[in-house]
Amino acid sequence: MAATVTTTATTGKTWDGGNEPMAASYGKLMMWFFIVSDALTFSGFLAAYGFSRFKFIGTWPIADEVFTHFPFMHGVDAPMYYVALMTFILIFSSVTMVLAVDAGHKLQKTKVAVYMLLTIVGGLIFVGSQAWEWKNFISGEYGAVESKGGSVLQFVKLGEDGNYERVALEDFAAHLPTERQEKRKSNGIWFESAPALPEYTVEEIAEGLKAHPEVVIKTETITKEKTKEILSREASLAKISDFGMVVKGANLEHNEYGHKLFADFFFFITGFHGFHVFSGVCFNILIFFNVVLGTYEKRRSYEMVEKVGLYWHFVDLVWVFVFTFFYLV
Amino acid sequence: MAHTHESNTKRIWFVFALLSVVTIVEVFLGIIKPDALYKTDLFRLNLLNWIFIILTVFKAYYIMWAFMHLEGEKSSLRWSIVAPLVFLIIYLVFILLVEGNYIFDVFAQSHYKWIF
Repeated sequence: MAATVTTTATTGKTWDGGNEPMAASYGKLMMWFFIVSDALTFSGFLAAYGFSRFKFIGTWPIADEVFTHFPFMHGVDAPMYYVALMTFILIFSSVTMVLAVDAGHKLQKTKVAVYMLLTIVGGLIFVGSQAWEWKNFISGEYGAVESKGGSVLQFVKLGEDGNYERVALEDFAAHLPTERQEKRKSNGIWFESAPALPEYTVEEIAEGLKAHPEVVIKTETITKEKTKEILSREASLAKISDFGMVVKGANLEHNEYGHKLFADFFFFITGFHGFHVFSGVCFNILIFFNVVLGTYEKRRSYEMVEKVGLYWHFVDLVWVFVFTFFYLV
Repeated sequence: MAHTHESNTKRIWFVFALLSVVTIVEVFLGIIKPDALYKTDLFRLNLLNWIFIILTVFKAYYIMWAFMHLEGEKSSLRWSIVAPLVFLIIYLVFILLVEGNYIFDVFAQSHYKWIF
C-alpha cells in the first residue's frame, strides 16, 4: 500500500520519508500522534473528575439518581438505559466504520460509501441523543433547595413500594402572594438584567414543607448503606432556617442533583466529547463525498478512510471510558 | 506489508458481539448493583467498580486492537502508542486520586471544616 500512497518524488530516500520503519504511512502516524495526545487530554479531564470525586467522596451525587430519563417514557424511573442505548449506537457506528475501511482495502467503492453514510447517521443520532441528555440535565425534573452553605437539599416522601421517591417542588410548595418582579433590561430597571427568578421562593418551599407532613429532606451525605441520607421529619423542619435558594435543573453554578462540580465536569467532559463526535461527523461527511466522487478510486487507495476511521474509533474509545466513569462507577 | 488485505468481516462482527455483551453485562450490574459486590471493598474501591474498570479496559483493548487495527501493525508502532499512554495515565491517576483522598481525610478528620 505504501507504494501506492507515497507518490512524491522523495520515495525511497530514507531521510525524506521514503523509509517507513513502522510500516505505516506519514499520515497514519500523524493521526496516531494526534490520538495519543488527545487521549492524554481526556485522561487529564477524567483524572481531574476522579480527584474532585475523591475529595468529596462523602457527598458526591449517585449517577443512577441523576440520569433517569428515557424518551417517550415520561415519569418512569429508567436509570442508565438511555446512555446504554447511546453506547450501542456509537459502538455500532464504529462497526460500520471499520466495515468501510475493510471494503476500502478491497477497493469496493459503493460498499465504502454506504458504510460511511451509515457511520455518519450513527454519529448524528449520537450527537442528538447527547443534546437530549443535556436538555434533561439542564431543565431538571424535581427541583431542590440549596442551603446557605451551598449543599443541595432534595425533597422525598415514602412511596407505596416502601422506598423513598423524589417529590417535585410544584407538588408541595405553598403559594404565597408576593410582589416579585423579574428585572429585565427592557423594563428599564437597571442596565443589567437580574438573574432569572426561580418558580418558587424559599418561603413558599418552607411553608409547603411545614404543610405536608409526608415530605422529608434528602441531603448530599452518603450513609454507610451507600445511599443518600434521609432526614427525619423534625430534622427536615429544622433545616428550613438553612434554606438559601431554590434551584431547578443544573448549570455551571447551581445543580439540583448534588455537588456543583458534578455538573461542571458533566458539561465539560461530555461536551468536549460531543464536540469530538461532531467534528468526526464533519470529517466523515468530507471523506464520504470524496469516496462518492471517486477521488480514492483514482488513487487506488482508500487510506484516507482508514485515517478518519482511526479518529472515529478513538471517539468511541473515549466514550467507553466516559460511560464507565460518569454513569457506572 | 504489515496488513493482510483479506477480509476481516467475520472478526469485526465477532468483536461487535463481544463489546455488546460486555456493555449489557455492565448495564445489568449497574442497575441491580448486587450488595455482595457493591458493599465489599478491595483496596478502598468496591468490587463492582473494579469489575467495571476491568471490563472497560477489556473493551478498550478490543476497540484498539480490532477496530483501530493495532493487531495488524508492527510491534514497534503498537508499543510507541500503548506504552506512553499506560505509563502516563496510571501515573496521573495515581497521583490525583491519592491527593484527592488526602484532602478528603483532612476535611473529615482535622480541625478544618469544609463549609460547602
